[in-house]
Amino acid sequence: MIEFRMPSLGADMEAGTLVEWLKKPGDPVKRGDIIAVVETQKGAIEIEVFDDGVLDEILTAPGEKVPVGQVIATIRGKDEALGAARGATIAPAEPAQAAPAATMPKAATPPPSPEVLALHARVTPAARRRAGELGVDLAKVKAGPDGVVGLEQVEAAQPSRPERRQPGISFDEMRKAIAAAMAKSHREIPHYYVSSTIDVSPMMAWLEEENARRPVPARLLYAVALIRALALALAKAPELNGHYVDGRFLPAEHVNMGIAVAMRGGGLIAPAIREVETLGMDALMEKLRDLVARVRGGRLRSSELSEGTVTFSNLGEETADEVLPLIYPPQVAIIGCGKIAERPWVSDGKVVVRRVMTVSVAGDHRVSDGRRAAQFLARFGQLLGSPEKL
Amino acid sequence: MTDPELAELAKSTLIKVAPDLEGEVFAADTPFREQFEVDSMDLLNFVIALHKATGLDIPERDYAKLETLSGCVAYLKAKGFGK
Repeated sequence: MIEFRMPSLGADMEAGTLVEWLKKPGDPVKRGDIIAVVETQKGAIEIEVFDDGVLDEILTAPGEKVPVGQVIATIRGKDEALGAARGATIAPAEPAQAAPAATMPKAATPPPSPEVLALHARVTPAARRRAGELGVDLAKVKAGPDGVVGLEQVEAAQPSRPERRQPGISFDEMRKAIAAAMAKSHREIPHYYVSSTIDVSPMMAWLEEENARRPVPARLLYAVALIRALALALAKAPELNGHYVDGRFLPAEHVNMGIAVAMRGGGLIAPAIREVETLGMDALMEKLRDLVARVRGGRLRSSELSEGTVTFSNLGEETADEVLPLIYPPQVAIIGCGKIAERPWVSDGKVVVRRVMTVSVAGDHRVSDGRRAAQFLARFGQLLGSPEKL
Repeated sequence: MTDPELAELAKSTLIKVAPDLEGEVFAADTPFREQFEVDSMDLLNFVIALHKATGLDIPERDYAKLETLSGCVAYLKAKGFGK
């Protein structure tokens, strides 16, 4: 029997609240299937299963908050015998067989309550802020016909007598999560920083030409070219890509790049795009678009929060020249890009105007040193110099 | 279409790609980036949605003209949309 535990979705997560089971006992499951939704400080996260088999028993009911590592369900491996008298299409409410003498309720999968539906529903940030201002409990707000809790729904749910004002719940929780992860990073990881200012004019010129050829919906953001070049450069810098766990560095086989996505109203999340080194520009653009949309309004998957091997933080247009970010543990490096700006630049002995960007690497001195990061930056700059080859 | 109708079209198009802006008050002349912390992905999705809503081809060099509500109205009028 395989024990399915509340996953850790980052160094900052201690517990999660089970929102909904998407499979019921007796359902076959395979690696990668989403079997549950868990509410965390980073919002509602879809939890994936990592084994093939049959969901045997559910040990945590919707609404329960359980610590990371606690067994929340059991999965019968493909080769394990069926439990006695368990049909393949068991009614959701049937109690599980061979249950341990546990005190956990037999959750089964009853229809979600309105509260669960509300927790599960998408809540717009404006609605969240308003709910905080009005003291409205979002768990009790019924979603609109489109499944979204908006301002209208929150204001309709306003208590008739004003209650004590509370800060917006989710943003506070997210800030706590960021604080926990970054305090751990600052406390435990001996950071070093290496920066280079890179002439990105060739990349921008190539992109403008490429986008001019493309129909509007197929155009690319320059961030995609950066991600592509980073992935290729990281593939040759294994000391910057992996996890540091229990005093050992575990290099990663692939580049699963966490992309720092800012939330409007504050906070950020860095879910990962898996195996970026295998993806071309168009595939990366689609992945990035999907990821940003799900960070802001939908749902992330557990693997996206736990499998990142390195993080990329792109400040973007009209921001600042340089960022010196903190590593997201247990990763060992983070790359930060400042805005692209026109600057005087010496080329062939003449001062010319070029579009440049300052790129910084924060590395973990337990694993690598500045020289390695400098080599990585040089490689990154070379790749951006020939964007047509990316 | 009148100017307010064009402004409403631009506003509803932006909300379509960034639903969390629902309920926000839009200033006519303040860049979306400054008002709502929209980023490059939001702006590109906005341009795509505006292209689909109007049928206009919007070259990349024109994106900067679409960064405010009033800019969108002026741009759509200049392109002859809604006449």
